Amino acid sequence: MLGLVKKPFVVAVEINISLVAVTVMGLMSRLWGLSYPRAVVFDEVYYGQFVSLYMKRIFFVDDSGPPFGHMLLALGGYLGGFDGNFLWNRIGAEYSMNVPVWSLRLLPALAGALCVPLAYQILIELHFSHCAALGAAFLILLENSLITQSRFMLLESILIFFILLAVLSYLKFYNLQRHSSFSGSWWCWLLLTGVACSCAVGVKYMGLFTYMLLLAVSGLHFWHMIGDQNFSNVSLVYHFLARGLALILIPVTIYLSFFYVHLTLLYRSGHHDQIMTSAFQASLEGGLARITQGQPLEVAYGSQITLRNVLGKPVQCWLHSHTNTYPIRYENGRGSSHQQQVTCYPFKDVNNWWIVKDPGMQQLVVSNPPRPVRHGHIVQLVHGITTRYLNTHDVAAPISPRSQEVSCYIDYNISMPAQNLWRVEIVNRESDTDLWKTILSEVRFVHVNTSAVLKASGFIGASLPEWGYRQLEVVGEKLSKGYHQSMVWNVEEHRYGKSQEQKDREVELHSPTQMDISKNLSFMAKFTELQWKMLTLKNEDTEHKYSSSPLDWITMDTNIAYWLHPTSGAQIHLLGNVVTWASANVAALIYTSLSLWYLIRRRRKIYDIPEDAWQLWVSAGGICLGGWAVNYLPFFLMEKTLFLYHYLPALTFQILLIPVVLQHLGNHLCRPPLLKSMFSALVVAWFSSIYLVYCTFSPVTYGEPSLSVPELKDLRWKDSWNILIRKQ
Amino acid sequence: WDETHFGKMGSYYINRTFFFDVHPPLGKMLIGLAGYLSGYDGTFPFQKPGDRYEQHSYIGMRGFCAFLGSCLVPFAYLTVLELSKSLPAALLTAFILIFDTGCITLSQYILLDPILMFFLMAAVLSMVKCNSCADRPFSASWWFWLSLTGVNLAGAMGVKFVGLFVVLLVGLNTIYDLWDLLGNLSLSLVTFGKHLLARALCLIVLPLVLYMAMFAVHFTVLNKSGPGDGFFSSAFQSQLVGNNLHNVSVPEHLAYGSVVTMKNLRMAGGYLHSHWHLYPEGVGARQQQVTAYLHKDLNNLWIIKKHDSDTADLSNPAIPVEFVRHGDIIRLEHKETSRNLHSHQHEAPLTRKHFQVTGYGINGTGDSNDFWRIEVVGRKAGKLIKVLRSQVRLTHVATGCILGSSGKTLPKWGWEQVEVTCTPYLKDTPNSLWNFEDHINPRLPNISLDVLKPSFAEILLESHMVMIRGNSGLKPKDNEVTSKPWHWPINYQGLRFSGVNETDYRVYLLGNPVIWWLNLVTIGLYLLIAVSTAVTLKRGVQLTSEHKELSRVVLHGGGQIMLGWLLHYLPFFMMGRVLYFHHYFPAMLFSSMLTGITWDTLLKFCAGFFSSSTVSRKVYGGGFLALVLLIVYSFYLFHPLSYGMIGPMASDPSSPMAGLRWMDSWEF
Repeated sequence: MLGLVKKPFVVAVEINISLVAVTVMGLMSRLWGLSYPRAVVFDEVYYGQFVSLYMKRIFFVDDSGPPFGHMLLALGGYLGGFDGNFLWNRIGAEYSMNVPVWSLRLLPALAGALCVPLAYQILIELHFSHCAALGAAFLILLENSLITQSRFMLLESILIFFILLAVLSYLKFYNLQRHSSFSGSWWCWLLLTGVACSCAVGVKYMGLFTYMLLLAVSGLHFWHMIGDQNFSNVSLVYHFLARGLALILIPVTIYLSFFYVHLTLLYRSGHHDQIMTSAFQASLEGGLARITQGQPLEVAYGSQITLRNVLGKPVQCWLHSHTNTYPIRYENGRGSSHQQQVTCYPFKDVNNWWIVKDPGMQQLVVSNPPRPVRHGHIVQLVHGITTRYLNTHDVAAPISPRSQEVSCYIDYNISMPAQNLWRVEIVNRESDTDLWKTILSEVRFVHVNTSAVLKASGFIGASLPEWGYRQLEVVGEKLSKGYHQSMVWNVEEHRYGKSQEQKDREVELHSPTQMDISKNLSFMAKFTELQWKMLTLKNEDTEHKYSSSPLDWITMDTNIAYWLHPTSGAQIHLLGNVVTWASANVAALIYTSLSLWYLIRRRRKIYDIPEDAWQLWVSAGGICLGGWAVNYLPFFLMEKTLFLYHYLPALTFQILLIPVVLQHLGNHLCRPPLLKSMFSALVVAWFSSIYLVYCTFSPVTYGEPSLSVPELKDLRWKDSWNILIRKQ
Repeated sequence: WDETHFGKMGSYYINRTFFFDVHPPLGKMLIGLAGYLSGYDGTFPFQKPGDRYEQHSYIGMRGFCAFLGSCLVPFAYLTVLELSKSLPAALLTAFILIFDTGCITLSQYILLDPILMFFLMAAVLSMVKCNSCADRPFSASWWFWLSLTGVNLAGAMGVKFVGLFVVLLVGLNTIYDLWDLLGNLSLSLVTFGKHLLARALCLIVLPLVLYMAMFAVHFTVLNKSGPGDGFFSSAFQSQLVGNNLHNVSVPEHLAYGSVVTMKNLRMAGGYLHSHWHLYPEGVGARQQQVTAYLHKDLNNLWIIKKHDSDTADLSNPAIPVEFVRHGDIIRLEHKETSRNLHSHQHEAPLTRKHFQVTGYGINGTGDSNDFWRIEVVGRKAGKLIKVLRSQVRLTHVATGCILGSSGKTLPKWGWEQVEVTCTPYLKDTPNSLWNFEDHINPRLPNISLDVLKPSFAEILLESHMVMIRGNSGLKPKDNEVTSKPWHWPINYQGLRFSGVNETDYRVYLLGNPVIWWLNLVTIGLYLLIAVSTAVTLKRGVQLTSEHKELSRVVLHGGGQIMLGWLLHYLPFFMMGRVLYFHHYFPAMLFSSMLTGITWDTLLKFCAGFFSSSTVSRKVYGGGFLALVLLIVYSFYLFHPLSYGMIGPMASDPSSPMAGLRWMDSWEF
């Protein structure tokens, strides 16, 4: 206590003015006139609808990425007091007054601005000079495409921010490793690496590439540590565990927590419900939960049920039948059984109700106490309204002639006996005596005579012709190879039947179900289902006017028009700084060829540069060129629609490589003073050209000022660029 | 089963008719050759699985495949022997391959896989042999094995494109080798250059030459028109005897009133086609379908007319023939149905952002949506349009969209032909370019088509493009149950080779589960051993010379094999095409070799703990014997899978195989 009094209380502050300066410039360049244009710009139309759904707490599924990015955007809306009432339907639509444009766009812009100081720091941590670091910061600052992308409600800038943050904190951590392992700041940076990685993955799956790169780099560093005899075996184990905890366990936990928050926030049902299973839908407020609340859990003989196909694609549908029969002859001349049609119907209908019947007994009501149906039991399914039995036989199905026709049996008194016994197989059973449960059990119906499996042929084009009212085809699949969701059904609505008489039963079928018991899915079950649906949900391959192939990106042969002023020629494009892109490519080329040259020479024991310079060169290249490669090359394997903005994370890494190469060239290859000064002059000239290009293209970056037609035509430096010119 | 494919293709070689397949030709040529030598006359139709061969001599072809399949065992044996220098390891591998039901089944029939695996294993063996000759470079045996590697690489590539993976394996091994040599300062740069050249010659030039040679043979042998014509461009077809483009002559320039067929320029693009059927309700306007069709058909014929008037009767000599020029606005009338090629702003059936293309109008009278502007790529206005050689773009006048083929297959209502759309995205891709192929106009002088004769390089390139397209076109349909790569190593599901019902003679392709699961466990075990060995070495722990030798075998020998397994397995995860169980078999060979090496090492290591040499020898021998007995016994249990079985299905308790259905997904 005394000591505190005796010593003066000192806070030493060290401020790196240049770091502050680039940060301020970054903020200015990204935040200037942020709420202009006050209209929906490009993909804002897409992300905006999710923000609105968050505001209204309505459940949705988006296959484009995990929910963290969407949540961050929604946070902006929440802080700005957005109520979610805006119709996101058209690019260029004016925002109404209740949309807080500025705060919605603030977070991406901040993230984009902070990339500038991050770039500076990364170069410092790679042990490059202050000059090189400033160069990197300026290159990021003056990159038009990064500016455009951060000024709107889009996710790329947030992604890039987290990626750079992860790289930076890993480098900080690694540099601390030398002298102060397990210190407070060591832990801090290590944990921050993990957190930033999971945030990056949480914004877009693309973040996974950088995460993998960092894992590989840390694995390599650890491998070197293993070879280092200074570490004892025990301390190695500690190091290993610490890395495992921070780089694997924590990211996974955080990733799960994103989904937890997502599911907690979105508790109301919406129009995305239908791709989820019944159990999931039942856990949402409104929607299915309203109907299924209070149903009996166990299906018993005499239960009245509706059967939903688990596949849910292209639309969800329920097993259905109606009084109409299959036509005697199809259009192509094949014959049918002329029995009652069985289809899969995408809407709720009283004809979707079926009754589970014990083949040994006549009654169609639930006995007291109810006799539950178990896995492996043989049942008959009776159509509620027409009281006909679900049947299949060796007749070709209407659309898929390789499968058996499924019908409701009508006895025409010809030599075609009823074959209406089905074995219930619970697919997700835990034991072989499991009960058949409403919603939870996924069931296959195996036909006893032919071992065909009841299946909805749920592909596009499987809807029946006119005579079948365009409902979906249901068949008995003979070659039931393995498990497919189209062969699995679950009970959705369910009640215990009470009326033996057909009349009463019809009344009963028409009345809504009411009883008690509710179900809750655990978080993990919901998470796995949601994540699986997000990964497997296939949007139809859409062709887009501005879609491009990865090869176009390197040379920037393509651009994307983001917005056009409704009357004037003001417009916003995603267009990069041409000089930066070209120099980044040149830097990558120089780096690769120089490295190869050094590598081969070193192999022959010729050392051109000092060992520490070589280490610097390798580690910087590993991060920058490696970051570029992992964020770029995988796109060649992807089959989805790609856009220029997918290249931006890779580009950021490639830009960081430029100062690395420049400093190396300046330090090691331009030895004579004359050459050195010439080199500096060149670098200055090159920087000013970058600035000039930035200024030239800033009208289409910021959308202001409006340009005249000849000016716009002058901006079209490449023929493949699509700059919008209004016809006079 | 697949014998229907490859047997049929063998017959094609014997009959010399041209066909198209997604695999390179060597495998089928060898089958054809084997059939030819054994007296098969190529007349068996190979229509559906299960057909009887009757009097046709098929034994030659099957025997050939089975012979190659049985060569795998000695190859694997020698490879492992070379890598581990341990006889028991090699024997173990050999036993695994001999007693694996999957390998037996696969090599018994007329399939490409035994041939592929033969070349693959031979390449690996010669690579390994060559490595062990490394201490006496440029000796005769060194040259022999090096060039043999090259030859086998060409063979593997020539059977299936999967051979690419073994090329990768050899390539990586060679780079590693060269890197080693480069670091050896006792070698001068000149010697190093010699090494480099020798490898380039044997492993790049030689395989390429052989590979091209086999295509040359392929195209020389198949000189008759056959079922594969439609996949290839018009120029290519003019090479085939019997094709209607062979040695024919057509009028050179397009004129009004001509009857033409139009072929899409994308690789394996079809002919513009229409038929009486209408688009079903709900798919755009209910008008006549227009599709792209790969085969020659009368419905591919269109008549070129002026947009404003019906061209006068062709037989009237008084009216001069008028040529179609670049930039003209024309109408295309379908010859059979007399409807005009038409487009409008309804969405296309599959590619929703494009416009629908239909046949419209009665007897040639339609509306202004039938007008198309015809343009030649890279030509100025007013130029004539050449048959076959001009690349033509058809722009719809009213909406400004371009006629193109999306490459997607229509559902049943469209007879699984290819969708034709009008795309509003104005990019010049082969999808939206067409050329005129047949051209019938009796009033014009004909020219010969020989000028079009493509060079060998062009043919080679084209056939590869078509093959690649065909390969990636083998997409699983939406609802189809397909085999997934993760199913394979766990032997999750087999393939039914023949016979479905109880009374049939059934053959089921399924690996011997004991062996496969042993392999699977071994991979995990190997990784464990390799990591711990590597860590031990890295930590600088002093090892006895015996252990050093073991660690060398594990890391170096096992590493090569492991790499081979990875290269032959992992890429399948990224493939979009339909996959089958038998794709795993090359990887399975590597995995079996790994099993041999790993268990041998493990047993040696365990035996090393016992101080007395007799005990350790007993432990070692006992372990080895136990493994072999396990394998042989499991083969005894499962041998009916490959040699065929009759009787009730295994799900029936009375079947002899009843107790053996260890997984529900097996269907024997």
